[in-house]
Amino acid sequence: MARTSERELEHLLRRAGFGARIDELDMYGQMSVNEIVDTLVNFDGIVDDVDGNIGKPGYVQTTTRGVFSPNSNITDARQRWLFRMVHSDRPLQEKMALFWHNHFATGYSKIAGALGATEGTRYMAAKAAEDPGRVRGQIELFRDMALGRFHDLLLAVAKDAAMLVWLDGRTNTKAKPQENFAREIMELFTMGVGNYTEPDVYAGARVFTGWNLQRPGLASDGSQHYEFIYVPAQHDTAAKTFSFPIYPDGSKTIPARGQNDGMQDGIDFINALAANPNTGRYLAKKLFRFFVSEFREPDESFVNRIAGVYSNSKFDMRIVMRELLLSPEFWDPKSYWARYSWPVEFVVRALKDVGWRGFSVDSALTPLSNMGQIMFDPPDVSGWDAGQSWFSSGAMLARMNFASTLAANQKFNLATSAKTANKSPQSFMSYFMDAIATPSVDGAVRSEWMTYLTATGTWTGADPQLQAKGSGLVHLIAGSPEYQLQ
Amino acid sequence: MKVTRRQFVKGGVAAFTVTFAAPEFLSDLARAQGAQVRNLVVLNLSGGNDALSMLIPYNDQFYYSRRPTLAVPAGQVLQIGSDSSNVALGLHPRLTGLKQIYDQGRLALIQRTGYENQSRSHFLGTDIWSTADPNNSQALGWVGRYLDSLPSPVDALVGWNATGALPHVLQAAHTAVPSIPNPATYAFSSPNAGNEATAERTAAVRIASHVPVNQPELAFVYETAAAAMSTLGRVATVATYAPTLTYPNSGLGAALRAVAGAMVRGIGTRVFYVTTGGFDTHSGQNTNAANGAYFNLMATLNDAVLAFYTDLKNQGLLDDTLVVSFSEFGRRISENGSQGTDHGAASTMLVMGGRVSGGLYGTAANLNMDPKNPTLENNNGDVHYETDFRSVYARVIDGWLGADSVRLLNGDFRKGSLNFL
Repeated sequence: MARTSERELEHLLRRAGFGARIDELDMYGQMSVNEIVDTLVNFDGIVDDVDGNIGKPGYVQTTTRGVFSPNSNITDARQRWLFRMVHSDRPLQEKMALFWHNHFATGYSKIAGALGATEGTRYMAAKAAEDPGRVRGQIELFRDMALGRFHDLLLAVAKDAAMLVWLDGRTNTKAKPQENFAREIMELFTMGVGNYTEPDVYAGARVFTGWNLQRPGLASDGSQHYEFIYVPAQHDTAAKTFSFPIYPDGSKTIPARGQNDGMQDGIDFINALAANPNTGRYLAKKLFRFFVSEFREPDESFVNRIAGVYSNSKFDMRIVMRELLLSPEFWDPKSYWARYSWPVEFVVRALKDVGWRGFSVDSALTPLSNMGQIMFDPPDVSGWDAGQSWFSSGAMLARMNFASTLAANQKFNLATSAKTANKSPQSFMSYFMDAIATPSVDGAVRSEWMTYLTATGTWTGADPQLQAKGSGLVHLIAGSPEYQLQ
Repeated sequence: MKVTRRQFVKGGVAAFTVTFAAPEFLSDLARAQGAQVRNLVVLNLSGGNDALSMLIPYNDQFYYSRRPTLAVPAGQVLQIGSDSSNVALGLHPRLTGLKQIYDQGRLALIQRTGYENQSRSHFLGTDIWSTADPNNSQALGWVGRYLDSLPSPVDALVGWNATGALPHVLQAAHTAVPSIPNPATYAFSSPNAGNEATAERTAAVRIASHVPVNQPELAFVYETAAAAMSTLGRVATVATYAPTLTYPNSGLGAALRAVAGAMVRGIGTRVFYVTTGGFDTHSGQNTNAANGAYFNLMATLNDAVLAFYTDLKNQGLLDDTLVVSFSEFGRRISENGSQGTDHGAASTMLVMGGRVSGGLYGTAANLNMDPKNPTLENNNGDVHYETDFRSVYARVIDGWLGADSVRLLNGDFRKGSLNFL
C-alpha cells in the first residue's frame, strides 16, 4: 500500500489526535490513509495500558501532592487526562472524549459544590476498575462510548450521575418537573435551537420525572456512591405530546403508562431525538467544525452525506467518523490548518513537538486556565466558545507564555537535539521550523526570527548559545500566531 | 457568530494597524482641561438572575404562596419604599451595600425589563441582550457597535474585558477589545534573561505588527498578539494599583478592583465588561440561609459593587462612572420541586453611578394567578416585560455615552419616563 506523506499524516493526527510523536510518525507513516483511519477508529484493538506509565521516566511528568489520586482529586484527574493526550496510542479515543466532553459540557465546579471536591472528581473522572463503588466517571463514559451508537451514548448521559447533578435531573419529580435537562437535551445535545418549542420543554421535563439518584454501598469501605435510579412513584404517568415525531409512524405523543413502565418514556424520547433528522444535521455541522474546518461552513452536500450515514448506520459514530476522516472535505487543501487549536490541543501538541522529558503537566494547568480552558470545567452547558473566541489578547499572551515556560524547561534537550544543526543560524532555524510544523510563515516573520538569532552576538554554535537561542526561537515559533492553527 | 467575526477580521486588519501606531490616550490631559471622562461598566449576572429574590414584593401574598421555601420573610427584606403602582419593595437582606447606595440616590432599579417572546435559552437569551436585537442574535454587540462608531484612531485599550473570552456584547466590526482577566499575569515572559530576553521581546513586538495578506483567520490571531504587546505597559500600571480599601476576595471583586485601577491610572479605557456567574439556580437556591446559594450570589454582588462604589467615591471618580447590569432572563415565579426556579422572562436591571437619579423605575408584577393578569405571561408562570430592555440601553447611549441610540439600536426605543440619567 501507498505510504502516507508526512504532511497528510500530520494533518490527520492533528485532527484525529493531538499531533504526532516521533514514534507515531514512524508507525503510521508505513500505512496508507485508509489503513490509518481504520486503525484510528477501531482503537479498541490497541492495548490501553498507558496510565501504567504515569510516573515512569521517559514520559511527561506529573506532580503529586502526597499520593497521586486522579479518581478523587481534580488536579490529578486533569494531569492524568493530559498525560493520556500525550501518550495514549488511541489518539482518536481521547479526541472524541474531548469532543463529547464539550458536547455534553458538564462542569466539575457544580458537582463539587453539591457533593464535595472528592465526590465531584469521582463522578467526572473516576475509572470504574479503580473505584471501590465501581463508579465510572463521566469522562470514562465518553471514552467507553466514544465511537458507539449515539442513542446509547445519549441514554448513558441521561443516567450519568454527574449529569443528573449538573442539570438537576436528580430532583425531577412528578409534583415539580425540572426543565433543565429536558431543554438542553434538545437545544444542545441533539436537534439544536429552533427545532423545539417551550411546551416541548415542559413535556420533556415530565418525560424524565423519576430519573433520579440513589446512594447504595457502604460508607465504611468507600463503596457508597450515587447512581441512577428510576423512581416509579415520582414519574408523571400522563401522556406527553411534542411538536415533532416521537415514533416511526409519525405519532407525536408518548402514551400514558403505568408508573412501573414509565421509564420507557425517556427511552422513547431519547430514541426519537437521536433519530430526528435535525440531530444528524446538527452533529454533522458540529463534527465539521471540530474535525474539518472552522474557516468555512460545511457544504450542504457534506451535511446531507454525514447525516445520511448517521441515519443509515443507525447512529453509529464509528462509521460516521470513518466517513468524515476519509471525506474529500477533510483532505481538501483548504482544510489544512483551518482550525484554531483549543488550549489543550495547543499545549499537548507543543509537548509532542518541543519535548516533554522533565516537564510536568501540572505546570500546564494554570496556563490552560489563563488561555480560557479548564478541563472538566467548561463555562456552561454549551461548552467552550471556540474559534476566534479563544484569542483574546490575554489568552494569546498566556499561549505565548506557555511556549516560553516549555522552551525554558526544555532548554538543554533542545540544544542537544539541535547540535547537528549548529553550523549557522540558517541551519539552526531550518531545524526548528522542520521540527515544529506550522502553516507557511511569511518571509518577513522568518527574517525577524533570523534577526533574533543573530541579535546578541556572532554565531558560534557553542552550547550556551544553542541553549539560549534554541529556547528563544522555540518560544517565538510555538508562540507564533501560525502555531495556534491546526 | 461566524459571519460577524469574519466581518470583524475584514474590518479589523486595517483599523488595527492604525491603532498600533496610535499615541497613548490623552485622558489625563483631557481631564486637566476639564473634560468629563465617561466610563461605562457592563455587569453581566450570568445564568438568569432571579429578580424576584433580589427586589422583593414583600406584601404580595402570592409571592409567599408560590414560593413556600424560597420567599424571604417580609421582616427581613431591606425596605426601599413603593413603586409608582404602590407595590412595596425591598432588597434582598444581604444587599446592605446596595441599600446604602440606593439611599444615597445613586442606584436605579428598573423593573420588568425584557422583550416580547423572551427566549428562555441561556445562549439565545444572552445573544439577544448582547446584540439588542431579538431578530438577529448573531449581530455585533451593542457596545461593540458603539465602539465602532468612535472616531478613529481608536486606542487599543478603549475597551477592557475582564473575562477570559470576548463576550458577545463587545463584538465589534473593527474595534479589538483586549481581554485582561488578571492584569498581574498580563505580561510577556521569556525563557532567557538580560539581553536575550530583550531581543526576544523586540522580535515578538515586531512580529506581532505583521499583517498576513489574504489570510483573515490568521490575521485575527496576529491582531490579538499585537493588541497584547502594545498594551502590556499600560496594563502593568493597573496591576500595581493600590485601592483606597480592600476589595472582597471574589472574581467580581478582583475584576472591579482592576476596573477602578484602570480608571485611576487614566489609561484611556472607556468601556469595561465584568461578569459574575452562578445565577442558574434550578435547585437548592436557598435564598435565606447565610451561605445559601442565592444568599452567596447576593453577597458576591453586594460586596464587590459596594467596594467599587466606595473606592471610586474616595478617588473622586464616581461622577465619571456608570454601571449597568443585565442577565439573560428572569426566573419562573413559582419555585420548582428542587427548591429552585426555572428559566423565566422579564427581570430587573441595576444602574449605578455618581450621576444616576436613583429610585424605582417601572412597576412590579402582580403575582396572582388571575388568567387576566396582564403583568404575567406563560400561563401566569413568568413575569411579563413592561420596559423594553433596549429603552434602558437607549438612555445609556444617549444620556451617558453621547451617541445616537436610534442609529446604534436600529430603532427608536427612547422612553421619556426612564429618566435615570
